[in-house]
Amino acid sequence: MANTVHIDVVSAEASIFAGEAEFIVVPASAGEVGIFPNHAPMVTSIKPGALRIKTADNAEETLIFISGGLLEVQPGLITVLADTAVRGHDLDEAKAIMAKEAAEEAMKNRNSDMDYAKAQAELSEAVAQIQAIERLRKTKH
Amino acid sequence: MAGSKEIRTKIKSVENTRKITKAMEMVAASKMRKAQDRMRASRPYAEKIRNVAAHLSFANPEYKHPYLLKRDVVKNIGLIVVSSDKGLCGGLNTNMLRLSVNQMKNWEAEGKAISVSAIGNKGFSFMNRVGANVKSHIIGLGDVPHLESLIGTIKVMLDAYEAGEIDQLYVCYTKFINTMKQEPVMQQLLPLSGEQLGSPKGHWDYIYEPEAKPVVDQLMMRYIESLVYNAVAENMASEQSSRMVAMKSASDNAKEVIGDLKLVYNKARQAAITKEISEIVGGAAAVS
Repeated sequence: MANTVHIDVVSAEASIFAGEAEFIVVPASAGEVGIFPNHAPMVTSIKPGALRIKTADNAEETLIFISGGLLEVQPGLITVLADTAVRGHDLDEAKAIMAKEAAEEAMKNRNSDMDYAKAQAELSEAVAQIQAIERLRKTKH
Repeated sequence: MAGSKEIRTKIKSVENTRKITKAMEMVAASKMRKAQDRMRASRPYAEKIRNVAAHLSFANPEYKHPYLLKRDVVKNIGLIVVSSDKGLCGGLNTNMLRLSVNQMKNWEAEGKAISVSAIGNKGFSFMNRVGANVKSHIIGLGDVPHLESLIGTIKVMLDAYEAGEIDQLYVCYTKFINTMKQEPVMQQLLPLSGEQLGSPKGHWDYIYEPEAKPVVDQLMMRYIESLVYNAVAENMASEQSSRMVAMKSASDNAKEVIGDLKLVYNKARQAAITKEISEIVGGAAAVS
């Protein structure tokens, strides 16, 4: 039997690939990295590119495109944590600024302090309504 | 027979309402299944990245990530509130918001300042209305949560943590237990505690490519994001099942109301007929 290693390719939104592989090629941030079984433990970031997996039972390589992420090599297990979105420092920064500005915009026209009494009153009213509906149902049956 | 027409209109209107709630129930039921699948699909990633983070926290002595360091004095707290965008889902958002408001009140009593990040329209408008310090928000996520749309909102909080503007970060969302049961929970995200990560199976140090810091930074950020994403996915599954249950009970209620109204309507109709007959009989007796 060929020497193989288990490989998992997962993203936050779905599991992409799981199986035994003889050899994989990963587009690491410092250049392409080929990994055979029994590789030393390693962590590296991945840049957008194609992930090539040579599976044990199939002569052809499986190609998976990933938009970045992390590669972790453990003894007997390789994990590719793929990103679901194209990431970059500037891109992330722009998103953060957008989220911040939207919140600031929405906060403009109101008083500054948190009114706990109002918040709790509002919530207990809502809870009371739901409970009243439930009680009404129970008494009818 | 003045009342009967009004009752008929009323019955018609309740029937229409019932049609809508019934449709919403079925829509929610089908969305619920998909939302549950998505929730499960996000688990392997979270599990894997948690393992790696656990290894790293034990394996790497020369660089400790700020997310792993506990701060001695906690003065400022960040809270991410995960709610639904739409209403009509029973007590889902109310219960979650109640938990967070109670917790916030306790923090306030301890003299800690709180900044909020809101995911979902309901939580955002509530926090805004009651005057919480909302740092960032994202609304209109739709039925399928995408990590991409959450990045900005989370990053605002992570940046604030790194800059020392907040010392702890929590997330509050509704945990999906089963279709009938959902529970609001509060979970600490930062700093990551050792118990949360668990201890790794076996010890080894990694080779870091290109070097430890950027890789660990990236990993930690992804880890927190995956936790928040998980919370959102779970909240969506809770939302749909909660809505399904709420709409089912609304449909049942409508059915009962229709039954009651029909009874009243028939009584009124019968009374009117009886009255007419007795009038005819009375009239006939007077003539003959």
